[in-house]
Amino acid sequence: MRKSSLAVLFPIFLVSIGCGSGGDSPSSPAGTSSSAKASAETGGGSSAPVELLNVSYDPTRELWKDLNDKFTAQQQVAGKSVSIKQSHGGSGSQARAVIDGLEADVVTLAMWSDTDQLRKKGLIQEGWEDAFPHRSLPYTSTIVFVVRKGNPKNIRTWADLTGAGIEIVTPNPKTSGNGKLAFLAAWGSVLQNGGTEDDARKFVTQLYKQVPVLDTAARGSTTTFAQKGIGDVHLTWENEAHLEVTEAKGELELVFPEASILAEPHVAVVDVNVDKKKSRDAAENYLRFLYTPEGQAIIAKHFYRPTDATVLAANAASFPAIELFPVTRVASSWDDAQTKFFAEGAEFDKIYAGNK
Amino acid sequence: MFGKRRSPLPGFAPGMAVTVGWLTILLFIPLVALIAKSFSLTASEFLAAAWSDRARAAYVLTFGAAAVAAIVDVAFGLLFAWVLVRYHFPGRQMLDAIIDLPFALPTAVAGLVYSSLYVKNGWFGRFLVPLGIEGAYSRFAIVLVLVFLGLPFVVRTVQPLLSSLEGDTEEAAASLGASRWQTFRRVILPSLMPALYTGFALAFARGLGEYGSIIFVSTNIPFKSEIAPMLIYSRLEDYNYEEATAIAVVLLAGSITTLMCINWLESRNRRYAR
Repeated sequence: MRKSSLAVLFPIFLVSIGCGSGGDSPSSPAGTSSSAKASAETGGGSSAPVELLNVSYDPTRELWKDLNDKFTAQQQVAGKSVSIKQSHGGSGSQARAVIDGLEADVVTLAMWSDTDQLRKKGLIQEGWEDAFPHRSLPYTSTIVFVVRKGNPKNIRTWADLTGAGIEIVTPNPKTSGNGKLAFLAAWGSVLQNGGTEDDARKFVTQLYKQVPVLDTAARGSTTTFAQKGIGDVHLTWENEAHLEVTEAKGELELVFPEASILAEPHVAVVDVNVDKKKSRDAAENYLRFLYTPEGQAIIAKHFYRPTDATVLAANAASFPAIELFPVTRVASSWDDAQTKFFAEGAEFDKIYAGNK
Repeated sequence: MFGKRRSPLPGFAPGMAVTVGWLTILLFIPLVALIAKSFSLTASEFLAAAWSDRARAAYVLTFGAAAVAAIVDVAFGLLFAWVLVRYHFPGRQMLDAIIDLPFALPTAVAGLVYSSLYVKNGWFGRFLVPLGIEGAYSRFAIVLVLVFLGLPFVVRTVQPLLSSLEGDTEEAAASLGASRWQTFRRVILPSLMPALYTGFALAFARGLGEYGSIIFVSTNIPFKSEIAPMLIYSRLEDYNYEEATAIAVVLLAGSITTLMCINWLESRNRRYAR
């Protein structure tokens, strides 16, 4: 009996090898949630209902919910029925989900390199950066500090971070956009003050020695710092810092360092998907809406820095003037920054290889 | 092929077909796809990816923590099963049901709860951290959640065997002059060994693959507290699918080898026990 059952098994196993080596199995996309549903009744409108999927990074949930509500309401007035679904997660995983088949109409990711990865895979056309105003940047952002009430360790500048006994919470640059930007900001702060690359390397190495927990994404770090009470300072997105401080009801404070990185979360239409789903018009309208005064006002309200100069000026009180240096301060481009600092065996890996 | 000696039980052919088909779709094809993907690397690339210093540190931690946790689970699982089978007390059925909770709970929840309890302002942490016991954000924390997740495997494998053990063998041992310890050591324990091995193997295998809870309780620092599944995730974030698969293949090979060793130990043990 035993032999015969093996005889049944073997050919089937061979067949399975034949099928299995064929190609990659599609991985399941990140969880999507419907955040804004326009009602289906278009009142005799001219166009069929369109559903867009916006794949974004981790801490933008609140922002997109507001933007989507406003946009779908506007479209409805114009007689168009558009509904928008949102998906959030670490910027890199989100890009990967789209590459693996998540049918995003637009991507609004944290890092230029994640969006450009889609171009490399042929999902987005060359020159995507010029498709929308301000190099496809409806807003910019930066990395700031959150400290405990009363700033007991007196942390004001980047140089203060490596003081004795200070613990820093920031997510892992390998897996998080927030993590990458915090690293680049720390590195650039040394160059800004006239330091050399070597000085920057020493400073950043010391800084990461004082990081007790490397969470995988921005929200994880927020929880570690705000709820678990780990660390003295949290390096995070400006918008996330405001949210965190508001939630903490007086237990936490914001600190704006003298200078920080200019973060550029680009937006792009995923050409291959919108052509297939025939949703290009709606997707482009959606992204163009971000640049309207209404869109820019919502962006400013959530503490992302609007790229429209008038709206930025009108909200100047929310955005203290800190010197925002571009990525070219630390590398020749976002792509170069990715290779130089975060690739396998590059600067970030060396920090840990050196002090294992 | 099947007709020679007819089994008195019906349904062998359809049963076998469903089993094999099911296993093929759910188990073999994904595993083969995984291994095939790693073959797109050359041997030296594979080695560089799967056997770097950092990867080795991660394997040591992953296998070590899973093994320690499984050993603890065996000790406590045996005790729990013993209490549940041999004693009757109010709330026994309730306790019996609660044992399975780790099966049902999303592991991320377990991780979050554990880290909240053991951080310095948590319920346990406020007493333990001053004593130098870091039950969150440490290697100890990793073992702690793995113990939690693996426990039901041991209890549930030992329990049925223990309840099927007749009291008369113990009485016979006692009447032949064995002390209580001797009875336990030489009569009860040997018959429980197969279940303990299986429980160990299940708890150990569970620990090797665990990711969801550990990222919340570990500090995820390379070389110190980074588990292998975390390293796989980190490679994926670099769009390095092949290297991620290489690490996964090593993990898989390691766990298959361990499971086979345990199976062998178990069957040898069974032979001796007879």
